[in-house]
Amino acid sequence: MQERLMTLQEEAVEKIEHASSLKELQDIRVEYLGKKGPITEVLRGMGKLPAEERPKMGQLANEVREVITTKVDSKQEKLEREELDRQLSNETIDVTLPGRPIRQGNAHPLTAVIEEIEDLFIGMGFSIAEGPEVETDYYNFEALNLPKNHPARDMQDSFFITEDLLLRTQTSPVQARTMEKHEGKGPVKIISPGKVYRRDTDDATHSHQFMQIEGLLVDKNIRMSDLKGTLTLFAQKLFGEEREIRLRPSFFPFTEPSVEVDVSCFKCNGSGCSICKRTGWIEILGAGMVHPNVLEMAGFNSKEYKGFAFGMGPERIAMLKFGIDDIRHFYANDLRFLEQFKRA
Amino acid sequence: MLVSYNWLKEYVDLDGIQPDELADRITKSGIEVEGIESLSQGISGVVVGHVEKCEQHPNADKLNVCQVKIGEGEPVQIICGAPNVGTGQKVPVATVGAVLPGNFKIKKAKLRGEISNGMICSLEELGVDVKMVPKEFADGIYVMQEDAEVGKNALSYLNLDDHILELGLTPNRADCLNMIGVAYETAAVFERKLTLPKPSLNESDESASDYISVKVDDFGDNPYYGAKVIRNIKVGPSPEWMQSRLISAGIRPINNVVDITNYVLLEYGQPLHAFDYDQFGSKEVLIRRAEAGEKVMTLDEEMRKLEPHHLVITNGTKPVAVAGVMGGADSEVSDETTTILLEAAYFKPSIVRQASKDLGLRSESSTRFEKGIDRNRVYESANRAAELMAEIAGGEVLEGIVEAGPRFVDPEKVIVRGERANKVLGTNIETKEIHEILERLGFSYEHENDEFTVEVPARRTDITLEEDLIEEIGRIYGYDKIPATLPEGATTTGGLTPSQMKRRKVRRYLESVGLYQALTYSLTTKKKANAYHGLATEEEPAFISVSMPMSEERAVLRRTILPQLLEVIQYNQNRQLNDVAVYEIGSTYLTDEGNLAKHPNEHQKLAAIFSGLWHFHPWQQEKKPVDFYVVKGVLDGLFKKLGVSGRIEYQQVKREGFHPGRTAIVLLDGKQIGVIGQLHPADQKEWDIKETYLFELDLDIVFDTDVEPVVYSALPRYPSISRDIALILDQDVSAGEVQSGIKAAGGELLKEVSIFDLYEGEHMDEGKKSVAYSLTYYNPEKTLTDEDVEKVHSKVLSYVKEKFNATMRG
Repeated sequence: MQERLMTLQEEAVEKIEHASSLKELQDIRVEYLGKKGPITEVLRGMGKLPAEERPKMGQLANEVREVITTKVDSKQEKLEREELDRQLSNETIDVTLPGRPIRQGNAHPLTAVIEEIEDLFIGMGFSIAEGPEVETDYYNFEALNLPKNHPARDMQDSFFITEDLLLRTQTSPVQARTMEKHEGKGPVKIISPGKVYRRDTDDATHSHQFMQIEGLLVDKNIRMSDLKGTLTLFAQKLFGEEREIRLRPSFFPFTEPSVEVDVSCFKCNGSGCSICKRTGWIEILGAGMVHPNVLEMAGFNSKEYKGFAFGMGPERIAMLKFGIDDIRHFYANDLRFLEQFKRA
Repeated sequence: MLVSYNWLKEYVDLDGIQPDELADRITKSGIEVEGIESLSQGISGVVVGHVEKCEQHPNADKLNVCQVKIGEGEPVQIICGAPNVGTGQKVPVATVGAVLPGNFKIKKAKLRGEISNGMICSLEELGVDVKMVPKEFADGIYVMQEDAEVGKNALSYLNLDDHILELGLTPNRADCLNMIGVAYETAAVFERKLTLPKPSLNESDESASDYISVKVDDFGDNPYYGAKVIRNIKVGPSPEWMQSRLISAGIRPINNVVDITNYVLLEYGQPLHAFDYDQFGSKEVLIRRAEAGEKVMTLDEEMRKLEPHHLVITNGTKPVAVAGVMGGADSEVSDETTTILLEAAYFKPSIVRQASKDLGLRSESSTRFEKGIDRNRVYESANRAAELMAEIAGGEVLEGIVEAGPRFVDPEKVIVRGERANKVLGTNIETKEIHEILERLGFSYEHENDEFTVEVPARRTDITLEEDLIEEIGRIYGYDKIPATLPEGATTTGGLTPSQMKRRKVRRYLESVGLYQALTYSLTTKKKANAYHGLATEEEPAFISVSMPMSEERAVLRRTILPQLLEVIQYNQNRQLNDVAVYEIGSTYLTDEGNLAKHPNEHQKLAAIFSGLWHFHPWQQEKKPVDFYVVKGVLDGLFKKLGVSGRIEYQQVKREGFHPGRTAIVLLDGKQIGVIGQLHPADQKEWDIKETYLFELDLDIVFDTDVEPVVYSALPRYPSISRDIALILDQDVSAGEVQSGIKAAGGELLKEVSIFDLYEGEHMDEGKKSVAYSLTYYNPEKTLTDEDVEKVHSKVLSYVKEKFNATMRG
């Protein structure tokens, strides 16, 4: 009997090893381990054995069954994996074919620049102030220390609508309006971006409509050195940590002293290149200390309060940052232009 | 302002300061030098020559064979084609080996068989702007003054060995619109010595007041008027040095009298006018306002009509000049003039500005009057011009100046406190340094305690306040020495307003679903401003026009962004970029007034426009053109983002410019906020673009509406039950209307109704369509039973049957 069991085991193991399909393996399982299989048969014949041999033989039969079961199971796992592998290899695709396009637009480069600047100043505690594009002569000029017949009005030839209404030539009227709302109480800390309009013939460097961003800080102890510090920080965040700024005296009717602000060239680090016209510096901003007349007209006591203001052109900054050579690109909306600013 | 380096050197010691350094330092301290031009432009080898003999070329009518002495040794032969060449002339000669502007090298040549050893030059050939060349030399060579020394470098005689600095002056620095002003500035910046001209006159015994009297009507308009008389003038060309200085400043030499007035204008900044005394018409100068309708023929031979707000110089009866703007033709200096009436005056800036604007006459004189001249230098300028007229035009200056108004005024006093200066600048400038700076600037002052009381020179009209002096101190001290600090004071949070945040959200959403942001112009044509506003005709608002547009294209403010976006599609499709989806957020301008007296309504709008394919994936044969529902889907998503989707309604309408069957107005809480639709195929054809869809929304309304805050609602704990129904409806019943009807009839248990099928056409009766709805029932309290659902569902069914005349399908 023992011999028979060992033969069965050998036979079964042999067959299992040679089985080449799951079907074949299933047949082997039924053949050896089924209710009508030889092992069951052997166990049934146990009654004929002497009582003391029965447990030993029973144990052996179970061991044989165990061995066969394990072998079948592991073979089955192997065959199943082979089957799956075969199947999957038929499912192979060409991964170099292009993916299904996901639509994706992006912001206009000027918006990208404006938002970056807004966020930078929001981080320094500034709010964003906006105002109308059709302005009164008062807010666009007079409240900014530009009375009627002031020669500096020539600097900005304007689109008048009526004698008193015009398309704003600068975003500075927003400063005047915001200061008025504060009713003589500081601090006022705003950034005002927006469209402005001047009578310029459109060409590569001029546009009758363009963007401006201005900033204003009015408080009790504001100094020109604070303007320098704030704008240094701004230039470093926008153009890189190594940037320095340089102030040059200038003139704006609404600031006194007034300065032009140059940033050290971010292309050549000041050694001179075509972007900075070999000077090492790029003119980026106009700025200054808020003129006492402007403070007074907006309801602030100029003996108590001081302030600084600055303004810049997003077009110019975008042109410098992205190397754009013609201002008209911003308003033509050529898709091949727009889609280049996904990362901006 | 063009500044000659050599000329400036006469007033300021520029020893050791090259033009580059001069430009750099001047720029850093406040006056921007926009360019430096070297007049020699690389010229070499041009010397003074003397034409000893000049004969007709044997083989050419228009050529001359000249023997020209150009130094020691024998004269050289030069062939010259200029009509004005002649024996005895001193001329600039480019010798063999010389280089002219543009790297033009002079070589030995043979012209029609005759050898030519060089070239006799015109001013143009020496690089002088043709517009600046005096008329008599315009068509030929330049003939130099007789005293020029043969063989010497011709450039120094012509002042071509000079550098010209181009100053970009801000309007406040009118004091630098003349050489003396620039000299003051240069002296202050470099701490150098200043030597200014001091006119000295040898006046005759006869008094000017015997010749002329001066009367000013209103000293407010004309605070000072001075007149000098110069006799025995010989009008002719002015000397070379004066001509070349005028040329380098961009003024064409005319004759000695005119040149002198222009020269003094450049030197002192004082506009002067020379009348021909004999043509003046009287012995009396009267300065008064013009009478309405009064006329004067100005120097440019134009008849000018005057207004009572214009100031005129008259001879007692009729105008002979528009004050500060232009003289009259009748009393113009001519070659025959022998006696000059010289005017040196100070006119009120605004009155000159107004007149020059009205008459469209901008001149070197009027700009200076407008920006403010040195009130206290008028008198001296008159003397300077008289001195030059005696010196170079042989004139005899009559004794005295006939004047009206005070010759000088006391300078303004402005106080600056050292402490305040340091507080404004954020510096620690010592009192000693402030003393030095004020002295460098040439300001007189008194100092007591911390206060500097400065007598502001009349040339510096820009200084009236303490801040103005603080700026002077700061810029001379050097802005590079100001430290960089950060503001001290209360902390502010800053940030965006709710509406600004929503705008950013809208932008991010639209960009993430595939739209590009466009930016277009606010000014447009009348026709475009009148299109696609999506309003019914009776609601149409009025235009807002620019009063003096630069072109028809930019004449009116836009009322909608859509026409501009159609231009974007047109632009791109013209370049084979067919699939376009762009949006713009911007202002539109509306008014309900015929005559605009107050601010128009500026509305922040969102417009978007779609054309071509929405989705395209070629190798998988996926191709989805844009249609109404693509665009509506974008809008639906937007309303979800803004939390208003439940309050939105679309109402089918017909609107000008839109497809009559594919257009809807969009309503929020029943109020129109926008329009969505297909561009009318006729308009599409006119624009020459592909099928196009568009929408526009009034963002101000959408942003201003209150939105429920986000509150979490519990996840379902019990299963829901779905029932599908297919309804046969009349074609003109809208699916959306039925959908909301079902929703309402279903009550609380009906959680969701969606449309999952639409069938029209074959197997349907004429005028009918089948719409299939999926209804989801849910009770948050318990598991629903079929009976629960059946009760509500049958109610829904009978409702739609009755309300919409619907029948159940199949």
